[in-house]
Amino acid sequence: MLLIHCPYCDETLPEAEFTYAGEAHIVRPLDPSAQTDEQWETFMFIRRNPKGPHYERWRHLHGCARYFNAVRDTVTDKFLTTYKAGEPRPDLESLK
Amino acid sequence: MNKAVSSFVPGVLATSTAATVSLAAPMGRLSLRARGDLSALDAALGMTLPTRIGQRNAGAICLGPDEWMLHADDIVPIVAACAAIYEGHPHSLTDVSGREITLLIEGPRAAELLTLGCARDIDSIPVGEGRRTVCDGATVILWRDAPDRFRMDVWHSFAPHLLHLFETGCRELAAEAA
Repeated sequence: MLLIHCPYCDETLPEAEFTYAGEAHIVRPLDPSAQTDEQWETFMFIRRNPKGPHYERWRHLHGCARYFNAVRDTVTDKFLTTYKAGEPRPDLESLK
Repeated sequence: MNKAVSSFVPGVLATSTAATVSLAAPMGRLSLRARGDLSALDAALGMTLPTRIGQRNAGAICLGPDEWMLHADDIVPIVAACAAIYEGHPHSLTDVSGREITLLIEGPRAAELLTLGCARDIDSIPVGEGRRTVCDGATVILWRDAPDRFRMDVWHSFAPHLLHLFETGCRELAAEAA
């Protein structure tokens, strides 16, 4: 089982308390009706799906219930870091 | 076979030499959500709201950065005091007394009984604190009152399922010890 550090609880806890919530740092367009169909499709559905470090959202559902962000390596399944929602995305170089 | 919720009466529900699970008497429960300066709420409640997740003070436990659960015998004065400061300090105070029950779990192997359902390390919860966590698929609030005494707040619809687990667990741990 994965152990995930919740940045709000400041504890490292079993994965069973958490739920995955997709790629992080995807900003909803301020004026959706000004978007073309292609732009809207990109916002809604097109994801990076990288092989390697992935910025993603998690939720501590059975705990503090907060959403937060994480960087997880999709190859090794290792969490490089977790940080609170709203904080800037950490530089990958700083995580090595 | 799971028990029907309506069959619960306060008292012992499952017991063995390892642990005893009983149902606490009904009590008042309030869910509080608030942000920013909490001093007005502290004054209204007549106590300091804990601010670290898991920390407790009086009948209050901090569940999240802006969320608390309050247990009290009589919630009427609390609701009135908080309503009086609502204009200046908007918050959400909801009576959830009917939403859940509290199981008292105690005995020499109470902590081990909890490990049957909880993925979290029970030993990481200090005495006098509590945590919201998951127990066999259901979200519960676990209060640790002593090394071998816990309270678990469970939503009604999950209670028969968890009780069934604890009944089996009590017997199993006792059989193991014998």
